Order: sequence, then structure tokens, then C-alpha cells
Amino acid sequence: MRKTPEPTEVQIMSISGKVWKYGDDVNTDVIFPGKYTYTVSDLAEMGEHALEDLDPEFRFQVQPGDVIVAGKNFGCGSSREQAVKCLVAKQVGAVIARSFARIYYRNCINNALPAIASPEAVDAIEAGDEVEVDLEAGEIRTAKGTFAFPPLPEAVMGIFEAGGLIPYTRKRLGIAD
Amino acid sequence: MGQTFAEKILAQKAGLAEVVPGQIVEVTPDAALSHDNTAPISGIFRKIGVERVARPDVHVVVLDHACPAPTTKHAQNHKVIREFVADQGIESFFDVGRGVCHQVLAEEGFALPGRLVLGSDSHTPTAGAFGAFAAGIGRSEMAAIMATARIWLRVPESLKIVVHGRLPEGVTSKDLALHAIGDQGADGGLYQSVEWHGEGVEALDMEARMVIPNLMAEMGAKNGYIPPDEVTLNWLEGRARAPFEPVYPDPDAAYARVIEYDAGAIEPVVAKPHTVDNVAPLREVAGTHIDEAFLGTCTNGRLSDLAMAAAVLEGRRVAPGVRLIVIPASSEVYLAALDAGYLRTFVEAGAVIESPGCGPCMGNHLGVPAEGEVAVSTANRNFRGRMGTKESEVYLASPLVVAASAIAGELIHPQDL
Repeated sequence: MRKTPEPTEVQIMSISGKVWKYGDDVNTDVIFPGKYTYTVSDLAEMGEHALEDLDPEFRFQVQPGDVIVAGKNFGCGSSREQAVKCLVAKQVGAVIARSFARIYYRNCINNALPAIASPEAVDAIEAGDEVEVDLEAGEIRTAKGTFAFPPLPEAVMGIFEAGGLIPYTRKRLGIAD
Repeated sequence: MGQTFAEKILAQKAGLAEVVPGQIVEVTPDAALSHDNTAPISGIFRKIGVERVARPDVHVVVLDHACPAPTTKHAQNHKVIREFVADQGIESFFDVGRGVCHQVLAEEGFALPGRLVLGSDSHTPTAGAFGAFAAGIGRSEMAAIMATARIWLRVPESLKIVVHGRLPEGVTSKDLALHAIGDQGADGGLYQSVEWHGEGVEALDMEARMVIPNLMAEMGAKNGYIPPDEVTLNWLEGRARAPFEPVYPDPDAAYARVIEYDAGAIEPVVAKPHTVDNVAPLREVAGTHIDEAFLGTCTNGRLSDLAMAAAVLEGRRVAPGVRLIVIPASSEVYLAALDAGYLRTFVEAGAVIESPGCGPCMGNHLGVPAEGEVAVSTANRNFRGRMGTKESEVYLASPLVVAASAIAGELIHPQDL
């Protein structure tokens, strides 16, 4: 059984994998159905329901480092954080979308899941493409071109670099690991 | 340069002279709302390694999402929450049956003008109807607030919507809000503070106003806002938990966009399956067969919603084969509806009345549709699978349309019954 990464583990600064491509307005009810909200609490189990109502194959076929590419307003709907955690459980490398719903975007930062808004990259990339994301250089590299993206605002960079809001908060409070 | 509501209030809360859109500020909320998710949140809080909640007086915990508990797992969840709030001295705890968190927050006087309300629920913007800055956050963030009483917020751009005129008879604030979402799209207000101004808004009573910011979550907004006025102050009389100071945008504030609507031109609408912005005039879908009708939720479960529906159902029967589920949004609404005779009207019509909470809205319990069934609901979301199965369809509509459709067994307006 593959061990799912805890937020405190070293961040992978270079991500590479296969593209899973979806459309606009992918909502959190299809990413992680509401009926599991209070019945599934284990991270690995969350992964087992990832994108269940959008693409039933995803949770069985996705490989660590794979990248989700989507249209506008990715993650709209409910604020449930499981919609991000289930992707972390499956070791999804990054989500690239035309735009993100705001609570979903916050949840991504707080779980150190790279969420990159890049309409140009989304236009160019197709399902099944191999893609590389370099967080340090701020680049998405594909056979179809390289796309630059701006770094996270400095004020929230610390959260991301710490591996998420919880490890960041521990650090700020001076709580040793 | 003048400031928008969001810029002004976030500057105040961050202790800054002024802020600009895009700026990240750190704030302490005046109220931090959570519900059944308080159990997992407390688990995340514990992982931080802090013993005591920093500001137990700030937290408001309301059990509503699966209440009363439909399974042992849910009951265990509630047990954990009761123990946690008692242990941590979180006094503003509202147990099973008190009602839906956003309604309870308002009734108990936590949703106040000029206050910063953050909640681990996407419909937290509802409190913006009272002139609060009210936004949804994630579970980890609520846990961080428990540990530190601080959280980061990005100052949003602001969108101004001005509503002229008045809504026609039979057209509600639900129709107005859905119209805007259909017009602007599910991301039409993405990451923005959406301010609603104009006589068309001022003419609405407090319950009708709450519908609008509630639905702004479905337009991608960070928060919604209605300027407090006499209507707001009258409603808050005797309820407000703390003194408050309303915050208003400056007349020369800079908005990303200004949109104008003529209330008189709004007609009854529905949100067709499977997105909230798939809005169409009711007349285009009239006659669509329905199996279930649901009246309730943080969107339309208030006394005036039940009153509207009761007026339609008086002396009539729910169509054979159709379930009408009625869930008052709070115990206060429940009692008022009881005193007004609405509950009797509902039961005599053949409806099912349930205890205050979210009910079947997200597919948990209390009347979910079967595969292949069609539901019409006063809720705020109709995504595929929302009410428990991907093989059902959900139409969103006003209480008037839900009540009339329950009688006819098909989508219809009371005026056409």
C-alpha cells in the first residue's frame, strides 16, 4: 500500500506526469461527493473517491506526479477541503486551470497543492500529454510550449513552503516537530 | 479615491489606513462559524499541537448538516463536537434541532453590520445581508483560527449591482439572484465582493435580502453585501450580541464593474440541472414532471418562505406520487410557522415536515430522490449527484414555484395553477 505523503514531508519542487483534462466549472460535489463528507476521514480513503462523479477511471489510473488540467472556475461549490485532500492523497502533482474558485484555491495553498491559473497552458495542453511543472522557475513545460506563471504572493508563500497551513502554523507557534 | 465596502472593512480589521485589491492582510474574525465539520476541524487543531482554543468567545458552532444523526458515524461525529466545545469553553454552541448554521448565526445576533464573519461553509456569505464581511474558508483555516485567532485574507475586487424598480407580484429575491447568476455565470463574481444596491434591494424585507448574498457563493463571489438600513436595524433590534458600527462604501469607490438590473423585468426562473447558472425562465420548463419538492435550506427556509408556500398549499393536496419535504431553517422559524398554522396546512396537504437542518440538500438524509427522479428545490445547488445520486435531476426555484409544483406534479407557477 503506497504511503500517502503527510504535509510536513519535503515538497517536490519539480513535478512531472500525465495530463488529466477536464472542462469548465468542475465543482467539488463531483471532485468529492457530499455524501462522504462525514463518513470518510482517512486521507487514503479520500483518495479512493477522488473525481468519482466526474471521471470514474481517475482514481484507479492516476499516477503520482500526474497533473489535472481544467477550464474556468475549478473547484466551485462546497468549501469541503476533502476536494483538495483527495488529490493530495493520490499524489497529484499540480492542478492547472483557467481560473479557480476561491475557497478551493485557498484550500490548495493550505495543503501545498500547486494550483496554477494559466489560460494559455490550458489552451495548449491536451489529455494524455506529458507535462512538467517547475515551481521554482515558475514554468509549465510541455511538448507544445513553455508557459510562465507568477509566484505565489509572498505573504502566503511561507504557508506553501512549509508544506501547508498546519505545519506553517506549528512553525509560527514555535512548536517543534 | 474612495473605498469599496470590502476595502474599508478589511483595512479596519487589519489595522491599516487603507488596502488595495490583491493585497494580503491578516485578521482576527469577530465570529468564526463551523458546523458538523467542527469534529474534523478539532482533529486538525489538535495536530497543530496547541492545547487551548485561542479565542473560544469568537467561535460559533451549529450542528445542522446531518441532524439528527442519520448513522452511528454521524452521531459519533456530534459526540466529539459536544465534548470539544465543552472542554474548550466554546459557549456559542447550538445543538441538533436549533437550525441551519447561517440562519442561527443571524437569529442569535452574530451577523452584524461592520463585523468580520468567517465560516467553514461556502454559504457563510449569507451574513453579508446584514452588512457584515462574511466569507467562507476551509477546515484547515478554521483550525488555524482556533489555534491563533488569526487568518490571511486577500482583499477582493468589488462588483456593484444596482437594482432599479420593484419585483413584480409572484417574483421573489430567489428569482432575482438566480437571474443575476444566469446572466453573469457561475464565475461572474469570481473572488469578488459583490455589493447589491438600489431601490429594488431596499424594498426587500430582511428574510428576502438574506437570499441574495447566500446565492452569491454560486456566482463565485468571496462575499456579498447589502448596505444596512432601517430594515436591517429593525430586524436586529433585541438580537444583536454586541455593539456594531455599519460600514458603507464611499460614493466614489472604484468597482471592477457596475451592473444594473430592472427588478420590474425579472420573471420567475429556475436553475436547470446540473449547474446553478443554467438559468431559464420557468415558462420554458413549465410542465416538466417532478417527483420531489423540497422547501427549506439556508436559502429559502425562513418564515416568509413557508408563508408563501402555505398560501399556495392552503386547501390543496400534494400530487399523488410526489413528496413535498418541508424543513424550517430554524427552531424559531418552526415555532412561528406552527403558531401561524402553516405546519397544519403543510401536513393536511400531504407534505412531510422535518426538524431544522440542511436535510436532503447535499444528499445526507430526510428525503433524497431516487435514481431517475426529478426534484425541485429551494436550495442553492443542483450539481450532478448533489442530492445523493448522479442519476437524478435537481431544479432550483422559489418557494412559490416549489409549492405549486408539488401540487401539480410538474413545474408550474402558482399563478397558473
